[in-house]
Amino acid sequence: MNINIAAQINSFLAALVLLTAFGMLVQRRMYGLVHLFTWQGLFLSLNTAIVGYVAGRHHLYISSVLTLALKVILLPYILHVLIQRLKVHKEVETVINVPMTMLIGIALVIFSYHLMSPVRELSNLVTRSTLAVALATVMIGLLMMITRKHAVTQIIGFLAMENGLFFAATSATYGMPLVVELGVALDILIAAFIFGIFFFHIHTTFDSLDIEQMARLKEED
Amino acid sequence: MLLILLLVPLFGAVILAFVGDRKFAPEINIMCSAATFAAGAGLAVQVYMHGPMLAGGKFFFVDAFNVYLSVLTSFVSMTTAIFSRRYMRKEREHGRVGHMRMRFYHAMFQLFIFAMLLCLLTNNVGVLWIAMELATLSTVLLVSLYRTPTAIEAAWKYFILCGVGIAQALFGTVLLYFAAERVLGEGGEALLWTNLSRISGELEPTVLSLAFVFLMVGYGTKVGLVPLHNWLPDAHSEGPTPISAVLSGLLLNIALYALVRCKVLVDGATGTHHAGNIMMGFGLLSILVAAFSLLRQKDIKRMFSYSSIEHMGIATFAFGLGGTVATFGALLHMLVHSLAKSAIFFTVGHASQMHRTQEMDKIKGLFRGNPLVGWGLMLGVMAIVGLPPFGIFTSEFLILTATMKNAPLLTPFLLLGLAVAFAALFRRVQSMVAGDVPSYQKPMKAAHVPVLLHMALVLVIGIYMPDFLNKWFHTAVELLK
Repeated sequence: MNINIAAQINSFLAALVLLTAFGMLVQRRMYGLVHLFTWQGLFLSLNTAIVGYVAGRHHLYISSVLTLALKVILLPYILHVLIQRLKVHKEVETVINVPMTMLIGIALVIFSYHLMSPVRELSNLVTRSTLAVALATVMIGLLMMITRKHAVTQIIGFLAMENGLFFAATSATYGMPLVVELGVALDILIAAFIFGIFFFHIHTTFDSLDIEQMARLKEED
Repeated sequence: MLLILLLVPLFGAVILAFVGDRKFAPEINIMCSAATFAAGAGLAVQVYMHGPMLAGGKFFFVDAFNVYLSVLTSFVSMTTAIFSRRYMRKEREHGRVGHMRMRFYHAMFQLFIFAMLLCLLTNNVGVLWIAMELATLSTVLLVSLYRTPTAIEAAWKYFILCGVGIAQALFGTVLLYFAAERVLGEGGEALLWTNLSRISGELEPTVLSLAFVFLMVGYGTKVGLVPLHNWLPDAHSEGPTPISAVLSGLLLNIALYALVRCKVLVDGATGTHHAGNIMMGFGLLSILVAAFSLLRQKDIKRMFSYSSIEHMGIATFAFGLGGTVATFGALLHMLVHSLAKSAIFFTVGHASQMHRTQEMDKIKGLFRGNPLVGWGLMLGVMAIVGLPPFGIFTSEFLILTATMKNAPLLTPFLLLGLAVAFAALFRRVQSMVAGDVPSYQKPMKAAHVPVLLHMALVLVIGIYMPDFLNKWFHTAVELLK
């Protein structure tokens, strides 16, 4: 494959990843969020495979398959089951001030480009231009966790951040060493079980998954 | 020896998961921890005799810095296991934990120790991150063990904030790998600490300073530095007390260890004091904010959690300051704070069990009610505020003199923080230990070995520092220059 075409496909997929990140930022329905997250995982997995092919790094194929299994199949499945069991699929979260959130998101993208410009100049990889997108995805995930108040949404924000980090590793260095990527995947898997257990605890204790209710631990004066 | 050190807690976790809540489960827990400590001590002797070493195909690495923390970690986890035997039995009698949760508690305790030791011993900066995340994950559900609304809230906060924080550290690690790959070539070798420290001078300074900001925010969240400390008082006060003791005494140290390792690399690359300045800023802010927060606490475990933030701030500040004296002081401070703080949590755990509350206004008459708990708490507080002849006095004195010499303008702030913390803790502890025994206080048998052992060590280190410790610290100081 021609390097130029590869770089273009890479940029295109990066744009799609960023688009899904923005979509998640304002999506109000639980299933909609999970679907967006699944798409994001799929784009990541494709991107990793293409980068692996162009750069001739075969361990990226493993990461690609791993992403596919974990982020496109397993995690969305777990989330689906949890949403169904906890009967929150009908819940529509109120998202405050959509235009403002979007604007902050755009500002974060610009900030990421600014922050990553010295790194990009040093790099000579095909993927160098997407590093800023990766950082922006991390930042938007963070923004999502701050602005949303539902436990499921916060977790999806957290996982979207993890997606951004994985994307960053692919863009900056053609992926971290395999042992590290496997370890990170294992950590995410454990985290998935923990938040699964957590949803039930929160649900039984507070009768809802709204984080706003958890405000008992405050500094008293 | 190194593999035994890691495998014992890992197998311990599996065994305890199967043993479950049998009568002898706490004893198995103690035995596993004791075996871990023995292996840690063995490893220390090995390193002491033969110097730093690599093991497991460069995957593990031991030098004076991490071996002393490994010994400390395995030691405190052993004494905590001893303490937890009596403490958790009482909690079961009170009906706060059930069958399944005891099984879970023991297994996770061992897994947590494994994660911390892996953090310390690994040579790979990426694996360091993974183990740190594993240590967080294994304790999240321990914090929420009692399933009260506040405990669940605390654990959720811990999970989310530390998850977000540590994600930033992973980004920093990616940038570090990016810089290292340009010098060392692709492959796993480029993330090995031994390689990185060798070539740190050739790493790209702009990338490394950027990476350090992310690493600082990431690992700084886990150290509990202000303003990233929000989760810490909640998580440390809502979980079972043995967990509070290991979280405050050990996990914070481990996170600081990771941060210091990264700082060494960044210093080597930039050749400036950039990273040190950031650490000094965060450290000083933590000392001041934590000291003033101490004043308004009502919950006893919360108060001592804030004290942990303060002390981590002191150590971070000292590492940031750099130089032989300050670094020596910081290493010593990590050691003595860990011992003293876990001893305090042991007594605090018993005190709150005797009164069935964590509110300080209701805890009274400990001297008369249970002299060991009363005096243990009193001496612990005397040690933690830095009174001579305890070890913390020595370390704080060293740090203070180094500050006066190298950054005299910051001395008043440091002194202010220490003085406020001193006043806040003393005011509270006096009303708890003195006075008559209230009617609702229930007598109980306290676990005395851990408290006495820790306090004796803090005292000994304060009066006379053993030669081997001195030599160890000096070697570690050389490594961190």
